[in-house]
Amino acid sequence: MNLQPETLARIDEVITHYPEKRSGTLPLLHLIQEDIGHIPEEAIEWIAEKLELEPINVYEVVTFYPMFRRKPIGRRHIKVCRTLSCALVGAYKTCSKFQQEFDTKLGKVSPDGEVTVEFVECLASCGTAPVVLIDEELHENVDEAKAKEISDHIKAEAAQRG
Amino acid sequence: MIQPAKPELVTVNIDGQEVEVPKGINVIEAARMVGVDVPHYCYHPKLTIAGNCRMCLIELGMPAVDRATREPIMDEATGKQKINWIPRPQIGCGTNVSPGMHIKTQSDMVKECREGVMEFLLINHPLDCPICDQAGECKLQEQATGYGRGYSRFIEQKNVKPKRTQLGPRVVLDDERCVLCSRCIRFSQEVAKDDVLGFVDRGSYSTLTCYPGKELANNYSLNTVDICPVGALTSTDFRFKMRVWFLKQTNSIDTESSVGANTVVWSREGVIYRITPRQNDEVNDTWMADSGRILYKQVQSDDRLLPAGSLADNLAAASALLKDGGVAVVGSGRSSVEEQFFTARIAKQLEAKSCIVARHGEGDGILVSADRNPNTRGALVTGLITGLPATELTELAADIDAGAVKTVLVVGEDLTAAGLSADQLAKVNIVYLGFHANATSAAAKVSIAGLTVFEKSGTYINQQFRLQKFASAVPGLAGATDDRVVLAQLLAAVGGETTGSDLASVWSALSREISVLDGLAYAQLPDTGLLLDSTAWSGLAFPEGETLHYQPATAEATA
Ligand code: SF4
Ligand code: FES
Ligand code: FES
Repeated sequence: MNLQPETLARIDEVITHYPEKRSGTLPLLHLIQEDIGHIPEEAIEWIAEKLELEPINVYEVVTFYPMFRRKPIGRRHIKVCRTLSCALVGAYKTCSKFQQEFDTKLGKVSPDGEVTVEFVECLASCGTAPVVLIDEELHENVDEAKAKEISDHIKAEAAQRG
Repeated sequence: MIQPAKPELVTVNIDGQEVEVPKGINVIEAARMVGVDVPHYCYHPKLTIAGNCRMCLIELGMPAVDRATREPIMDEATGKQKINWIPRPQIGCGTNVSPGMHIKTQSDMVKECREGVMEFLLINHPLDCPICDQAGECKLQEQATGYGRGYSRFIEQKNVKPKRTQLGPRVVLDDERCVLCSRCIRFSQEVAKDDVLGFVDRGSYSTLTCYPGKELANNYSLNTVDICPVGALTSTDFRFKMRVWFLKQTNSIDTESSVGANTVVWSREGVIYRITPRQNDEVNDTWMADSGRILYKQVQSDDRLLPAGSLADNLAAASALLKDGGVAVVGSGRSSVEEQFFTARIAKQLEAKSCIVARHGEGDGILVSADRNPNTRGALVTGLITGLPATELTELAADIDAGAVKTVLVVGEDLTAAGLSADQLAKVNIVYLGFHANATSAAAKVSIAGLTVFEKSGTYINQQFRLQKFASAVPGLAGATDDRVVLAQLLAAVGGETTGSDLASVWSALSREISVLDGLAYAQLPDTGLLLDSTAWSGLAFPEGETLHYQPATAEATA
């Protein structure tokens, strides 16, 4: 587990925010997932040691929240909203399109390593449904055509990177 | 005896009845004191409060006072102070009593709460009772009888969870039966100090797990089986062996160290199936070590000394050797107080030196102490020894080499383990009494088969100088004789003053002759033991370190 120096600095800083070290469990998990994309077992043990806990205490938190990933994901995380408004106007089709474009299955890393496609619940932009969140960027009115457009764009970027 | 301080009392009203209970206890305990049962799963009196099962919901009210004037508000109709009932139910385990508190444990609301909690607990619970070890001592079964609806409204699929996880060498987990009370987790954290258990995932998928790659392997792991209110945690040793309702319970004492944890021995038709802890708030709370639970296996162990010859012949041969003079007596820190008393008297009668063999190990700071004899204090109290024993019998060895000792009376010990050579054993006549065969019994001229702690009754004195009794759980091995009886008859045979060997007669002699036992009788001893006056031995540097409910004497005294 290779954490960036900035992550390490933020971790040390965030621990000081709490009267008890163990309260740092959640923020540390977020910081590590932001940095390396998921929470490997090594990270659980690293956090436990850092916060003077037992690994089981951190493991409980990791498994409680579905937002923590135990496996690596693709370079980009495509989150397709499937709550009512989006579902009504074609979110499932949008999602299938992404999977088809990248030849992948829900929750899996695409063969080219570029994306992981997942469903999420309401992204609070129901007026512009269907919506898709790619990493931190919100895409609105994503029908199948727009999904194709976005996919092409991602592929082009990948090609450019070489 | 040291009297505990009187707790401060507060008056509360439980189901309309005014009662005085100690300040600060919770509603479950307060209700228990007046014989009212508040059903619960997660609450355990010796663990922290988790408040997660919600089975203990009760209604709570406080006397009304005027906010501005702090004057009590009276109820016109009854002429009594008005009670403000909290509209929603409260958990009894997490609510401590305060003066004037009103509690309802039998109202319709409380009953509905219990039924609701039960229904939720049962929807995913497997229908395992016919094959479940916990049946008969299962809280879920008991509460289902009281508060279950008797049929299920649940038409969905039940959850599927791991059925047979080996959590450690001695504990098996069935996750489908777990009611997620977290008692086992808290026990591991708070008492065993081995924090390896936890819940993973959430909602109806919550699953009790051991951290991957770790094991619930500490020497206290079986306590989790005891406190699990359902059959989720079971003992590998006891699993599927016996229905608990067939078992007879006998109070006993854990002999593995001088802690003297109180135990219950569970047996049927002369066979012991398990040992569990018995609550003693001054000694072991509700816990005991795993190592003490397998001691019953000594009853049927392969190395038991089998009886040979008639007792009368053996006693005659033994007393002939002993009366011939040049005797040394090796008693035992594993013998009961009564046996040590007779051993000491035999030594006195024969003007022989007496000793016991010390047995040391590392204390674990919980319920296994550094002194691995259960009754070193008994040997001091009965005068079998006057100072602390040694692990090696160097003095006896020297006496044998010098030809000063011709005969050794050995109770239960193996002299070769206590530093004597086979040569030295060969130089003397040995009279051996004990329940297991060893190099000493093999070398003995006379060997008499005795009984294990599970087959006889008596007392031990633990590290706190607490006199505790144990009773025989199963009949003795055929042909073997109670050690106490053998020693009493041997004493008579060598010309000592005869006392009856039954417990009542022994105790009348003990209370007459030993000042710290003055006025005591076996039959009157409380189940949780009696603290003796230990000032006479306060100068001795006992080997024990701190354990649960035990602080070694100050550094000066032990230095
Ligand atoms: S295994 Fe037993 S003690 Fe542990 S949480 Fe489940 S029900 Fe409670
Ligand atoms: S339902 Fe998709 S953004 Fe609200
Ligand atoms: S016993 Fe009170 S909530 Fe479980």
